Amino acid sequence: MCLGIPGQIIELCPEEPSLAIVDIGGVRRPVNIACIVDEDHPPDACLGDWVLIHVGFAMSRIHETEAQRTLDLLSKLGEVQTEMETIRQANSS
Amino acid sequence: MKFLDEFRDPGKAQTLLREIQGLVKKIPLARERPIWLMEVCGGHTHTIFRYGLNQLLPKEIEFVHGPGCPVCVLPRGRIDDCIALAEQPGVIMTSFGDAMRVTGSKKNLLQAKAEGADIRMVYSPLDALAIARRHPDKEVVFFGLGFETTMPSTAMTVLQAKKDGLRNFSLFSNHITIIPTIKAILDSPGTQLDGFLGPGHVSLVIGVSPYDFIARQYRKPMTIAGFEPLDLLQAIWMLLQQLAEGRCQIENQYQRVVSNEGNTPALNAIQQVFELREFFEWRGLGSIDQSGVRIREAFTAYDAERKFSLPNITIADPTSCQCGEVLKGAIKPNQCKVFGTTCTPESPLGALMVSTEGACAAYYQYGWIDKNEIQPVTR
Ligand code: SF4
Repeated sequence: MCLGIPGQIIELCPEEPSLAIVDIGGVRRPVNIACIVDEDHPPDACLGDWVLIHVGFAMSRIHETEAQRTLDLLSKLGEVQTEMETIRQANSS
Repeated sequence: MKFLDEFRDPGKAQTLLREIQGLVKKIPLARERPIWLMEVCGGHTHTIFRYGLNQLLPKEIEFVHGPGCPVCVLPRGRIDDCIALAEQPGVIMTSFGDAMRVTGSKKNLLQAKAEGADIRMVYSPLDALAIARRHPDKEVVFFGLGFETTMPSTAMTVLQAKKDGLRNFSLFSNHITIIPTIKAILDSPGTQLDGFLGPGHVSLVIGVSPYDFIARQYRKPMTIAGFEPLDLLQAIWMLLQQLAEGRCQIENQYQRVVSNEGNTPALNAIQQVFELREFFEWRGLGSIDQSGVRIREAFTAYDAERKFSLPNITIADPTSCQCGEVLKGAIKPNQCKVFGTTCTPESPLGALMVSTEGACAAYYQYGWIDKNEIQPVTR
């Protein structure tokens, strides 16, 4: 209920613009998309969006650039550590 | 599925764990006592135990499991009211599955259903609306609960019912709101916390600024966190950085989902349909001022509390149950007198054993270490 689940919008419902069909791990279901549309992002633009779904409502778009930024930062952290390790090893040899 | 595997990468988790170990050494207070971090949200409690993060992290870090599981904090009186409603002739009660096993003073919704009440499990409040359309001769009530995460969905369902002119749908609102709850924890005597992991999905609705008072007034740091293991580890790392540098700010680790300003359509729907109650009763915590919401007068026709008369009796928690102390972080779940004996997930005595997001159920399922190994949280 509180955790939500990611799904992708695969079909719009022209006769009912507040609804869209999402694919959640292979299962299709209509969800309400009123919370993820605004002037800059009308219902037409939602096709293909990855969204976080709570109890039948798409509550947020999952921003890929932000996700990537987080992951990149974590990778960089890893690289720095490997480098430090190398320096440490070089120093002790 | 999108960004699930990426945020479970063991290599990156190792890196973060090493960073965290390094940071802990730079925090002076960690030499004297553990660093107490509260995860407000039950979803985080679940991740911590499911992935054993509590065992991977340095022993200087201790979690205080917060009250953020809305199913767990529902008081027995409200369950009784819900059952009383469901047992009225002509009523179809609809509920999220999570809430069906929480017991009132005598029984839970599942037992009431077995005894003949028409109680149906739904995935979404919209499903309840569909049932109302199919059964115009019945009154369909939705048992609404949850923090700001689910509040917009019930608000929008009420707005939809009004728009469609449905007369046989109403909401029994048990929604609670996060900010007064965090305030109550901070004000409660004996609370000693060094920082908060902020609830990711409540925050996607309310945004970041409502938490500012935690940093300004109470001088505690908070990092809003996602629900994958890497999300939590990164958020802990960010919190520790604040502690090491002596900062307290509200930071946001979960930027792929949570924007600073929150979700405007969701907030508008909440604003239109709900208003604050003067107080609301919590299981284990007692009454908290302004912590619940009710339906505004303009939507009286959709308010089950006004449409039906309810017993509305406050029922004290069972005396052997120590949920309140667990919720405040005074004891660990397995230090409760009845943990694992009279209180188990199969037959929960206290609320925290009911949902997988409850601290006791999580302990029982994933983290139950020998009682003797666990040091009491002294404060
Ligand atoms: S073990 Fe049961 S009674 Fe004790 S605190 Fe946990 S849920 Fe409450």
